[in-house]
Amino acid sequence: MSDLTPYRPLVGGTQPPYDAGIYGSTKLRAPKQALVQVPTSITEATGPQFSESRYPSVIDLTKVNGGEAQGQRIVVEGRVLDENGRPVPHTMIEIWQANSTGRYHHPGDQHDAPLDPYFQGAGRVFTDSEGRYRYTSIKPGAYPWRNHHNAWRPNHIHYSLFGPGFGTRVITQMYFEGDPLLKLDPIFHSIPDEAARNRLIADFDIDLTVPEWALGYRFDIVLRGRDATPFEDGNDHSHEGH
Amino acid sequence: MTLATPIATASQTIGPYWHLLPYKGWNDLTRFGATGDVITITGRIVDGAGDPVTDACVELWQPSPAADAHFDGFGRCASDAEGRFSFTTLRPGPVAGVHGAAGNVQQAPHVAITIMARGLMKALATRIYFEGDAGHDIDPVLNLIEDPARRATLIAKATGPAAYHLDMVLQGAGETVFFAI
Repeated sequence: MSDLTPYRPLVGGTQPPYDAGIYGSTKLRAPKQALVQVPTSITEATGPQFSESRYPSVIDLTKVNGGEAQGQRIVVEGRVLDENGRPVPHTMIEIWQANSTGRYHHPGDQHDAPLDPYFQGAGRVFTDSEGRYRYTSIKPGAYPWRNHHNAWRPNHIHYSLFGPGFGTRVITQMYFEGDPLLKLDPIFHSIPDEAARNRLIADFDIDLTVPEWALGYRFDIVLRGRDATPFEDGNDHSHEGH
Repeated sequence: MTLATPIATASQTIGPYWHLLPYKGWNDLTRFGATGDVITITGRIVDGAGDPVTDACVELWQPSPAADAHFDGFGRCASDAEGRFSFTTLRPGPVAGVHGAAGNVQQAPHVAITIMARGLMKALATRIYFEGDAGHDIDPVLNLIEDPARRATLIAKATGPAAYHLDMVLQGAGETVFFAI
């Protein structure tokens, strides 16, 4: 029997709306109808489980075919926790990013900046038993996009996490402390709550910085949690919180 | 960055370049050797102008049949130039119902779908049920949707003995029902 304790409601303002008008691509893609709140059944409480044997780790994006990527080498370390502060162990994180010039190794990216044959544009890392992860990469470059005149995306690394259940799936982006483009970026600013926005900014950490090798950045991720104690009174609480 | 009272990390769009993630072949859920009642599920995603959504990441999760060494219940598919996606998987069975008083009513067979794309700040969650299966009239999730026309947006048409098809509309007329979890 699965634990069907409901997911804790999201905290107002800490997630972007679908219809974030400042980000033009939302205009024809954001649903108009209200979402239908579903109770937490086995479908939402459970989710795919990934093992390193089937989905091998790629934790160093700076080496391809014996060559080394151009750019500022970085190590990124952090923890994956749930909203109860508990580590999420052995969970898969997928990452992808532009190279140091701001170009994705992707046919859809026509930005006039050089590709780097020695940069691995995507990786996969699993958290350890305490929810910690770490990978090595290069600092991604900023790149132009067509959302508005002279629009540039700040430096960022994309993250994809699954966590323990279908309801914990999240896609996010990690940004870098001190990036002047952050104050202009519609995707970052689609999150109404300033503190929630700022939690997407990785902290530079001299203690993580590897002497003579790479700058260190720390980025923790919190997945949705469920209330600590399951309901036991037999009543249906699934429609609460509307 | 120590969080005294952790709040779930904000979602951001998957953007147009997520295909850098390795996914080829992930839309075949029998890829680890699963055998049994194999079905195909196809669909097409359009936006509020009726144009195909050509850069979506569509993921499928099913708790039934239960995961084992040959079946992990998960698939991922990139929508193509016409907005189409497809999965090959094992036919799901009914699963346990929801918590509480309605808990004795099983849920009709379904798969859970996540759609992520440029222009979607958060993943969209929906379900696919299958035409011809028993239990749609008493399914505790389908019954949350009062309008029969909206409920029908979750039920794939049978196009063959083991083939199903469902079109999805992100916005506007015929908009697919999406869920908050």
